[in-house]
Amino acid sequence: MLSVFEKKKRILRFERKLTISPLSYLIVLVISILLALAVGAIFIRINSFNPLEVYQFMFESSFGSAYGISETVVKAIPLMLAGLGVALAFRMLLWNIGAEGQIYMGAFAATAIALYLPRLPAGIMITAMLLAGFAGGAIWSLIPGIMRARAGVNEIITTLMFNYIAILWVNYLVFGPWSDPASFNQPITPKFPVSAMLPTLPGSRIHLGIFFGLVAAIVLYLVLTHTRWGYEVRVTGESESAAKYAGINITRNIMLVMLISGGLAGLAGMAEVAGVLGRLQQNISPGYGYTAILVAILAKLNPLAVVIVSFLFSSLLVGGYAAQTIGVPAAIVSTLQGAILFFVLAGEFMARFRLRYVRRGD
Amino acid sequence: MDLYSILTAILSATIIAGTPILFASLGELLTEKAGVLNLGVEGMMMIGAVAGFLVSFKTMNPWLGIIAAMLAGGCLSLVHALMSVSLRVNQVVSGLALTILGTGLSAFLGKSMIGIQAPVTFNKMSIPVLSKIPFIGPILFQNDILVYLSIILVLAFWFLIYKTKHGLRLRAVGENPAAADAMGVNVFAFRYLYVVIGGMLAGLGGAYLSLVYTSTWLENMTAGRGWIAVALVIFATWNPLRALLGAYIFGGVEASVFRLQALNILRISSFFLKMLPYILTVIVLYWATRETVRKRIGAPSALGLPYEREER
Repeated sequence: MLSVFEKKKRILRFERKLTISPLSYLIVLVISILLALAVGAIFIRINSFNPLEVYQFMFESSFGSAYGISETVVKAIPLMLAGLGVALAFRMLLWNIGAEGQIYMGAFAATAIALYLPRLPAGIMITAMLLAGFAGGAIWSLIPGIMRARAGVNEIITTLMFNYIAILWVNYLVFGPWSDPASFNQPITPKFPVSAMLPTLPGSRIHLGIFFGLVAAIVLYLVLTHTRWGYEVRVTGESESAAKYAGINITRNIMLVMLISGGLAGLAGMAEVAGVLGRLQQNISPGYGYTAILVAILAKLNPLAVVIVSFLFSSLLVGGYAAQTIGVPAAIVSTLQGAILFFVLAGEFMARFRLRYVRRGD
Repeated sequence: MDLYSILTAILSATIIAGTPILFASLGELLTEKAGVLNLGVEGMMMIGAVAGFLVSFKTMNPWLGIIAAMLAGGCLSLVHALMSVSLRVNQVVSGLALTILGTGLSAFLGKSMIGIQAPVTFNKMSIPVLSKIPFIGPILFQNDILVYLSIILVLAFWFLIYKTKHGLRLRAVGENPAAADAMGVNVFAFRYLYVVIGGMLAGLGGAYLSLVYTSTWLENMTAGRGWIAVALVIFATWNPLRALLGAYIFGGVEASVFRLQALNILRISSFFLKMLPYILTVIVLYWATRETVRKRIGAPSALGLPYEREER
């Protein structure tokens, strides 16, 4: 214990706790967001805008109208699905930062079904696209997963490299073989048949993907807390040596976790093309895969919390789009995201300390 | 063009394309030697690229640009040092946050600079006598001063790490910080210092990219080079000399891809050509990991682990 101030019999000292309560974490989160907004204000000011006006405009855009709220929900869907995948992998200390690429590969695989089998009846079509989307993302994360499990290859770098490869692959398709002949060389595929579109809530753009996200969150939560396999994943994340000692098959679990993690991101990609865009195109994701990492971390890797945090970050994305329309650089979003994460990391550290006035020797 | 001049052109371009990655991976190598993993290289390169370009543009002095880039990279890395050394935050998470922040900030600061040609740059300097050697001369000895600087740094860091007392301490800090601490080495000071040096070199690499290599600034112009630099440290088995080799291999691939795209002789879609550096990174990483496992040379033992003095 570190004593900072001594009196005759009583001393003031720091006490350190290993974890912090959900309430103190919530306080840390709120303060962090405010501090990040303050940092963002400096950069908005540099670009000659009034920060308060910009923030107010951003807030109104994401919450101030029915359309805004619907957009916030729509953008929360990919963040939720991919964020759940990231959270699962991070639980086992598998740093899958390739959600972005896995989203693209999921979208690619789902699109392949819609384009090559357009005559499938609606129910079968959506099911096939779901499976394809999951498989597309899953294979894309399984390859780094196998390399990690079998040969110890650093998955951080491989999953990230796979992002660039996946995006180039989708670009190749939409500029080349899959390009819509009627689109005058725009990088988009033909529109999907109606049977390949996810149903939407009447009067909004909110689609069935929200249901996938919520179900996935609940299932993942139950699996992690109530099954033997979930327990294995958590133990391996806490201490790999303990897991080995307990006879847990780590190699198999690494591959399985990576597979599911990428599959969930793949579902996010499927939901984007089948629920929002109705086609595959360039830049289907404005960095959802990277934002999902923040969502997972700020949700403390808890699947249910991922749902809530994904709404927070989607409102930031929607606000960011709105800010762009009045000329504020789109980078306001990633600047705020990075700053929030740093403040939370630092805040969590500080919240673990408590100053206490205790009797010497206690 | 005949084969000889094509080959000379590609090899000269190799050096230029390899240099930004070389600076960044030298920086990361030193940081990791001190036991700190900084995955924010991509972000620090981006902020270096924009700071270097912006200041050169305003002052018309490329040297001031370089200094600004190093300061910017250093400042950003200081955040990581604070997080990982003092606050003992998970280093992977902090590094990722740094990349996200750097990406955002650079796009923010450079918005007005998009598409502008760099007004000043570093001129090529021929080294007397050596530059007259046929074939090798024009490739190696007719470069700008930063290329020479990068090669000097490789040798200097190699000497520093393996041949000096300071280097021994640095390695001790990365391998066994508790033992280093007991020896009287200030673990925290070493870690702060080398995280910041790493950030400054990443910033320098970024500035080389925007001021010399492309002579323009674009959003996300680093295009994964920071991550490739991190991978190269593993390929280099934490040895500066091998980092030089690795950086030039990547430079070579980049230069060849660029040529092949321009010539379009193979009729391969440019999208596939652009994938090559990333695919190569994965293959190289796989191979290097197997090598390090086989030869039992690995990362500094305390890499990524925060050091905490026993409470007393």
